[in-house]
This record gives sequence, structure tokens and C-alpha cells, in this order.
Amino acid sequence: MFFAIIVFGLVFLMAYEMIRGSELSLQKFGWKFLSGTVWDPVADVYGALPYIYGTLTSSFLAMVLAFPLSIGIAIFLSELAPPWIERPVSFMVELLAAIPSIVYGLWGIFVLVPWLRTSVEPFLIKHLGSLPFFKGAPYGFGMLAAGIILAIMILPIISSISRDVLRAIPNSQREAALAIGATRWESTKIILAGGKSGLLGAALLGLGRAVGETMAVTMVIGNRAEISASLLDPGHSMASVIANEFAEATTALYSSSLIEIALILFAVTIILNVIARLIVWSITKKFKTT
Amino acid sequence: MKKINYEKYHWRKIKSTTMTALSIMSVVIAVIPLFLIFFYTLAQGISALNLDFFIHMPKPVGETGGGMANALMGTAILIGLGCLFGLPVSIFAGIYLAEHGNNTFGQIVRFFTDVLSGIPSIVVGVVAYILVVVPMKQYSALAGGVALGILMIPTATRTTEEMIRLVPHSLREAALAIGLPQWKTTLRIILPTALKGITTGVLLAIARAAGETAPLLFTALGNRFWSTDLGHPMASLTVFIYDYAKAPFEDWNRQAWGAAFVLIVLIFIVNMTFRFVTRGRYGDHQN
Amino acid sequence: MVIIRIKGTVMIETLQKFSPAIVSHKMDLKLEAKTVNAFFGKTQALQNVSLSIEKNHVVAIIGPSGCGKSTFLRCLNRMHEVAGGTMNGTILLDGKDIHENDPVNLRRRVGMVFQKANPFPTMSIFDNVAAGLRLNGMAHNGHIAEIVERSLQQAALWNEVKDSLSKNGMSISGGQQQRLCIARALAVNPEVLLMDEPASALDPIPTAKIEELIYELKKDYTIIIVTHNMQQAARVSDETAFFYLGEIIEFDNTKKIFTAPSIKQTEDYVTGRFG
Repeated sequence: MFFAIIVFGLVFLMAYEMIRGSELSLQKFGWKFLSGTVWDPVADVYGALPYIYGTLTSSFLAMVLAFPLSIGIAIFLSELAPPWIERPVSFMVELLAAIPSIVYGLWGIFVLVPWLRTSVEPFLIKHLGSLPFFKGAPYGFGMLAAGIILAIMILPIISSISRDVLRAIPNSQREAALAIGATRWESTKIILAGGKSGLLGAALLGLGRAVGETMAVTMVIGNRAEISASLLDPGHSMASVIANEFAEATTALYSSSLIEIALILFAVTIILNVIARLIVWSITKKFKTT
Repeated sequence: MKKINYEKYHWRKIKSTTMTALSIMSVVIAVIPLFLIFFYTLAQGISALNLDFFIHMPKPVGETGGGMANALMGTAILIGLGCLFGLPVSIFAGIYLAEHGNNTFGQIVRFFTDVLSGIPSIVVGVVAYILVVVPMKQYSALAGGVALGILMIPTATRTTEEMIRLVPHSLREAALAIGLPQWKTTLRIILPTALKGITTGVLLAIARAAGETAPLLFTALGNRFWSTDLGHPMASLTVFIYDYAKAPFEDWNRQAWGAAFVLIVLIFIVNMTFRFVTRGRYGDHQN
Repeated sequence: MVIIRIKGTVMIETLQKFSPAIVSHKMDLKLEAKTVNAFFGKTQALQNVSLSIEKNHVVAIIGPSGCGKSTFLRCLNRMHEVAGGTMNGTILLDGKDIHENDPVNLRRRVGMVFQKANPFPTMSIFDNVAAGLRLNGMAHNGHIAEIVERSLQQAALWNEVKDSLSKNGMSISGGQQQRLCIARALAVNPEVLLMDEPASALDPIPTAKIEELIYELKKDYTIIIVTHNMQQAARVSDETAFFYLGEIIEFDNTKKIFTAPSIKQTEDYVTGRFG
């Protein structure tokens, strides 16, 4: 009982400590902290918008890449694959989740970024350069690299939770669909419609993971606090600015501002997680009782 | 009488096959990075690994050679500290949830454990900084241990709970029926039975913690020298990878791959073991 | 008394010899199963089952749990393979092997009603019935509302739900849900209707409704119903097949099965001595 309370209380302790730690910055900047674009430790002025923008863009990009793939994997695992192939594939996808962030980052720096710089990005510039997303020089490091790495990293969580959601839908539904002459895909569509909210929950959990991901992003995003529409340009993210600058924060206001960024991250991920868990919970429960 | 629309039927068939193919393709696309990362790390890592890597200290900037003995030691100590802070809470909380958790309070705790696992590790690092580094006025291994401990709690708690739940109910009833009190039943009968599962679950949490970098950056910080002093900065494998990956020296990059290889092997072994152990358990449970 | 141990194709001839009911309409066979063996992995669920079913007849399949009666039913519309099972032998629908054609096509012609009502929870009552029509590309023939109404009427549900067609399919009672599933199966205009213990989860009154319904539906459809309720089999069917341990023990006119079965095991079962 006592220890269970500790687990439970830990979340509140964390919130309390961070609010206390960011007091200075909260008082000084107020809401303008969120919209300020200047981050200047020398002048002791801090605005988090470039980081918020970077986190949102890279996470959004990751979702666009990872979500359809994850649903495809979940469909394969729950609707198509026989058990003997489902198990090893599940395991492999789960292994993807076990690889540490730092190893993804390392791979990003030495494999992904050079590949983007020499082949993918020149191609994008040449053929889609008229779009604002693909303007600029092929650095390799940048939003695109961060988005791709994040997509790989959140793929396992979205696909395994989606798989669980689809599996929670009773078999009688599949049989009902097939028995009235549905094809495999049509029956799957009916199953997907039944699990819609659960899949949304899975997506939100993946988004929460992407928003908070630090090391791999820091290593490939380029770490430049600029807001640019181009995905090829270097950017920055909330988690990576903390990773890069926290140990070097010289003034009290500086570290307080960084703690405030952590607080925002904390709040955003908590909200995403609470919503997502509630959705996933209610759907698996619903089908268990009926 | 209505006739089936054969033209449309043909089209539906094609659509179904296409979607199946797309689904299989997503699996392939997802597995490609796994193999790329695994084999690239293997290829790069093996060449960096030799005895020196394990028993020597890092060489000063600019010199080649040297190893990561201090980082290996550091990671071990940090994990040890993490276990010290995280495991007692997790195991007791897990026991509580399994034994008395079928009520609203249990559900809330379980819910918060899940939520806790979604909090970014960098945020946990910031909290450990505020809680330990600020009062001590110094970066320290202790702070790193606290951060890792907090990060271990969700995994360790949930696996402990699940493993205890796998112990057949009849066993518990048998123990209670011969007059053992509840706490003794849990301690003497249930825990030993679930021990194998709990141990591997704990290993899983450890493997995860061993791979963490972000929460160590401003708690344990990193150290190029040998240090076992818990009150001072301490080296770790992951922070070494981070520093060496960014460095412009090829030899350092090579060593970063070596360290990554060690980590990956460790994590894969633990995951395989966990899977192996739990699969047997689940099988027993069903029968 | 002649012991008919029904095995292989011999069975049809044997049956014709001993069952006048079948001989009289011999030409109008709707479904024929010939030496069907079905497996789940290595376990054999059906052994050499052969059975001929006439058009517009109701055939009841009875037998103790695990005797393979559901498996047999699911072989008839190839749902058995969906559950990961395999089978060999021949099943003919209107004289054509069902394995020659596509299962999707087959299942439109051979509808199925399951043991537990399984309406689609994401759809309204109307959409549940229309689901099969839309999938099979019949929606373009217009009159979708008409077909839905007709199917619900056939399923004796129309009067109860006509004012709440847009309500969720799960919002009605269990008996109504089951009739909704029957309507859904009927909407695509099948030729054969398979019913897998359709009333086993229902109370007596909805059960009676479903039985009445079967009697009505017989005019337009060939119906095969699996049941473990022997009174039900006696009430609704023209012929009855008794399955035991994966084999057909006896297949005959229902009246005969329940009054003067040829085989001891059948007699034991229908008189309640085992099962």
C-alpha cells in the first residue's frame, strides 16, 4: 500500500518540483515564454517557440511516416498472419523498441544523415524543390532526419498497441463480415472501424513518445534554434535544448527557463498519455465484457 | 432476383490483395531498419572491441587507443544505484497490485504507473537534478542513480504484478488452507514461485535503464577518469557514446560503435531471456 | 432393422433406399457433401461425412458437444478454413464444387447465422442489414431501403425496429440482435442459410420466434441448423442428421429419427440416455 502510494505520488512530486524550479522563468516571462522566438543566454532572454515548433514539426512528421506503417503492421499481425509467423514478427518489432535511443542516434549520424545528404535530399530538392518543405541545401542534419528516426522509434509502440486493440475485437465480428461475403480487406475495414478510437489512442501514445524523445533527435536534428518551413533545414526541439544546454546553464533564470521547458514537455506527455490510456483502456474493456 | 456484380467483385478482389500486399510491405519496411542497425552496429562494433576496450581507461584527447573501463564500471554502479532506489518500491508496489489491486485505488495506481512510463526520460533527469544535484551543489552518481531508479519503476512494477498474477490461484489457496497467514503465503509461497519471472522482468527494466542517456547528462554527467565516488560525476557507456559520436576523431567514433555493440548485445540477451521465460509461463497458465 | 453405417458415397444410395422422403424428390439436391474430412492441425474433427440436402428443406444437425456438427456447418461455407482448419473431400452446391470458386462468392450464396448474435457495433440497425448489400455491390441496384425492409420483415423484426433504424445495432435485446443477424444474412439473398445454434443464447420466447421464422423461411431458402436442443430439431426440421465423434451416425426423416431410429446410438441420444 505504502509503496503503491509512492508510485502514485511520484508523478505529483515531479510536477511540484518542476513548477518550483521554473518559478523564476514563469514569473519573468509568463505566457510570452511560449511565443517568444529569442533564446539568448547572453542577454538572459528566453523564448521557447523555436523549440516548441521543432518538437511539433518533427513529431508530426514522424506520425505521418509511422502511423500508416504501424496500422499496416497491426493488420498483418492481427488479421493476416498465421501464429507461426506472427510471433517472430511481433518479437522483431518489439526489439525495435528495445534498442536504446543513443544507438539510434549513432546510426542516424553515421548512416542515415550521410544517406539523406548524398541521395535523398538532392533528389527531393531537384524534383520537389518548388515546395516550401524541400527548399535549401542538403545538410543531412535537420527536421527530415529527426522525423525519420522518430518514426522508426515510435513504430513499435503504435503497432503493438494497435495490434492489441484489433485483437480485442471478438472473432465473431470477422466471421460475421466474411459470412455475408466480405473479402479479407472488407472484413478488416469493419474491424478497423470498430477499433477506431483505440487506434487513435495508440497514435497518441506514439506521439507522446515522439515528443519526449531526446538523444536520437539531438544527434540528428542539427540543433539550430530557427523556425523554417523547410524540412531540410536544421532545427531544434524542446528535449534536445534541455539535453544540450542544461549542464551549462549559467544563470538562475537560464536553468529556470530550461526547467520550464521540461515542465511543458511533462505536461504535454502526461496529457497525451492520460487521454490515450483512457481510450485504449475503455475499448479493451468494452470488448472484454461483451 | 439480384445478380452479383461480377465486375465490381473482381475489383474488390484486387483491392483486397493489394491491401494485403501493402500490409506485408509495412512489416518489411519496419524490419529493415532493425536489421540495418543491428548489422551496422555489429560490423562497426566488432572491430572496435578488444581487450583494451574493456580494461583500459580513455586516452587523452587526440591519442588513439584506450578503452572504456571506467564507463563500464560507471554504468554498472549507476544501474546498481538505480536498482537500490527503484526496485524495492517497484516490487512491493507490484505485490500490492497483484494481491490487493482489484479495486479503484489499484486501478488508479496502475494507471499512473502506465502514465509514468510515458514521461520522457529527459524530464526525469531534470527532476533528479532538482532533487539531488541542487541540494548537493554537485553533479553526482547518486543523482544519476535516482533518475535511473525512477525510470525503472513502471516496467519493474508492472512485470512484478503480472508475474505474481501468473502464479495459479490454487497454490495460494492451498497455502492459505494449511493455515499460513496471508503475508507468509505471499512471502514464502507466491514470491519464490514467481521469482524467475520477476527476475527477468527486473532485468528488462535494467536493460532499459542501461540504455538511457538523456537523464544522465546533467546528473551523473560523465567523467574521463576512474571514479567510484558516489558523490562525484561518474562515467557511463551511453554518455560516452554520445560524446564520442559527436567528436571529430575517427578512433573515438569507432569506440562509440564498440560501446553501442556492447549495449545492444546486452539488451538483446535480456529481451530474449524475458521472452523465453514468460512464454513458458504463459503456456503453463493456459493449461 | 438395417444398420446403416454411413460412410463414403455409398451412403447416398443407402439413404435413398431407406428414406422414401429423399427418394421422392431425388433430383432437387441443393447441397451434397461427399466423404468430407476436416482437421484442426493434426486433430481430426470430421471423418468421412457425407450428406445430401434437398432444396427448400430444413435439415437439423444434432449431437453432443464436440461431435463436429459446427465444424461441418462451417465447412459448407468455407468458414472452417478461416479458423485455420483444413478439409478434404467434396462439397457440391448445385452440383458444383464449392472449392472451385472463390470463398467470398460462395459465402454470399450460403449465408450464416452464428451462435451468438454478432451485429457490427459501429453500425446502425439499417447499416447492419445493408452491410452485405453494399459490400457485394448490390447497393447500386437502388432500392436499398426496400431490401432492408424486406429482410427485416422476413426476419420478423421490422415491426419492432421500423422506428429506430438509425439506432445502434447493439442497442436492441439479444433475441432482436439475433434476428437482426438473420436479416443481415438474408439481405444478400442467399440460397442456403446455415444456422449454428441460433437460439442457444436466447430465452424461450425469442427462441420460439426464431423457430417460427425458420418455418417461414423454408419457402425461399434451404436451411441447415445445428442445435443441441432435440425438441427444437424435431419442431423445425424435415430431416435430421445425428453426429457423434466426428462421424455421421444416422441421417433420416426427422420423424423417423425421433420415433424409430435405426441405430442404437441415435436412439440413446434422442431418448436422453447420453449426451
